[in-house]
Amino acid sequence: MTSAVAILPSPQLAALNEAYRKAVARKRLRIALGTVALVAALALAAIGAEVNLKTFFTYLGNFFSYFDRIMKLDDGARVWTNFGEWFWGWRKWLKLLGETLLISYVGTLTGAVLAFLLNFFAAENTSPAPWLRFVVRRLLEFARTVPGIVFALIFVIAFGLGPMAGVLAIAIHSTGALGKLFSEIVENADMKPVEGVRSTGASWVSCMRFAVLPQAIAGYASYALLRFEINVREASVMGFVGAGGIGQELVVAIRKFYYSDVSAILITIVLTVFVIDIATGWLRGRLFGQEAET
Amino acid sequence: MSHVPAPDPAQLRARYPQVFDRPASARLATPLVAILAFAIFVFGLVDLDFSPTRLFNGLHQLGWITLLMLPPDPGASLPLYLKALGETLSIALLGTTLAALMALPISLFAAHNIVPNVIRFPVRRFLDSIRGVDTLIWALVWINVVGLGPFAGVLAIAVSDFGAFGKLFSEAIEAADRKQVEGIRASGGSALHEIRFGLMPQVLPVIAGQVLYFIESNTRSATIIGIVGAGGIGLQLAEQIRVLEWQKVSFLILMILVAVAAIDWISGRLRFAIIGRRAVA
Repeated sequence: MTSAVAILPSPQLAALNEAYRKAVARKRLRIALGTVALVAALALAAIGAEVNLKTFFTYLGNFFSYFDRIMKLDDGARVWTNFGEWFWGWRKWLKLLGETLLISYVGTLTGAVLAFLLNFFAAENTSPAPWLRFVVRRLLEFARTVPGIVFALIFVIAFGLGPMAGVLAIAIHSTGALGKLFSEIVENADMKPVEGVRSTGASWVSCMRFAVLPQAIAGYASYALLRFEINVREASVMGFVGAGGIGQELVVAIRKFYYSDVSAILITIVLTVFVIDIATGWLRGRLFGQEAET
Repeated sequence: MSHVPAPDPAQLRARYPQVFDRPASARLATPLVAILAFAIFVFGLVDLDFSPTRLFNGLHQLGWITLLMLPPDPGASLPLYLKALGETLSIALLGTTLAALMALPISLFAAHNIVPNVIRFPVRRFLDSIRGVDTLIWALVWINVVGLGPFAGVLAIAVSDFGAFGKLFSEAIEAADRKQVEGIRASGGSALHEIRFGLMPQVLPVIAGQVLYFIESNTRSATIIGIVGAGGIGLQLAEQIRVLEWQKVSFLILMILVAVAAIDWISGRLRFAIIGRRAVA
């Protein structure tokens, strides 16, 4: 089978080829410049972060052997040969794990309620006054940008050691994060129901309650569940600074080289995070179907 | 104009009972869930040692601390803090880049349109377990390996982001269009050609956007890993909180806020330049 491809006359072709060549060259130049800038920034960062490849390669073996060591009991046997010995502290750890879950639950719920109260003031379309929106937005931004564990460090000094500081830190951080997401849901809400309610002479509160809330509530619950999952991770390290939960045990085990304890606690945490992950995913699917996926 | 007869409520009720009488399970579900949620909340408050007096005293203390924080003042340590901030930004940039470089090849093995499920499933679970461990824990582990300092922070961020990137990248690959890949195959390309010319041009912009977003969020993570001794501004912050130098603490927090806002702005601009407006939104 033969076929013919029509070829343009050469003067036309030359002009097109020239233009194509130029376009490609321009693109290549931009990519090359970007790469150079990135490499320069990385080199600068490597100096700033005191990267020492010699140390890294000398001790890299330690990183992998660390995982070998945490999988061994004190007597040198593999951990799974003696479950009783490996999880010797399971009563204590389960209790602390429960505490961790409670910290994240109470923190998330408090944060979600606060975010719910604030989000109507932060959304562009429902805020009663521009200055109020500005103030609430800056507040939420502050609560979200300062890391939870920094709040925990300060709260431990103000409220004393213990889970209370962790709960409050998580609550404040969640308020900031959820407040932003909640207000974005409200901004995406359809304003026609609001007009309808408003035209009946309803107050601002009634407008929010009967026109905005029914549209937004599924989104709120979905984001709050997602936040709960993130907060379980967060709460598992709150103990590092003395703010309750299983982190306290973990940091002691890592610092004091109780190898098999490290693996036991880590496995407990990772499994819990898995279970929470799957459970909240299932719950979100059940409650809101496909629409909450986005 | 046609005449519509007025509806008779009794007749309607008889015809559509399910609209008027929802089953008890549906009517009771919401209040039951609410009561249960509230009960767990109260149990939590009691179990976690909340008491009005403690809360009140703590708030009182917190008020004092806030007063003591004003005005923010670095004292004589400003150069030290600026260096620490530079360290933090370096940690974020290097850690994220390393993570992205490691995750790109692995993510191919976690995408169902590249490898069969037999390979995909264990790779996914492996990435999940890495993600399940917090950055701070990785930092502690790396401190055991390479010693205290920012380098441990870089490695901690690299490892924990590796898990997140692996998942995100593989999702981007799974969402890619099959048609380009089929085109490459039809013209006789090998499997590697398919990935290089059919897949990568589609997923690279998405990946670049995600990496830039992570640099921003890692600036936040990098500020806290110093608390366990892995370098950066968090080290200074934790120290000043422990010695109750509140003016320095507030200055450091302010520095973090400004740095995060700056990185946010820069990465937003870069994302805009790389992938255009639609992906920024």
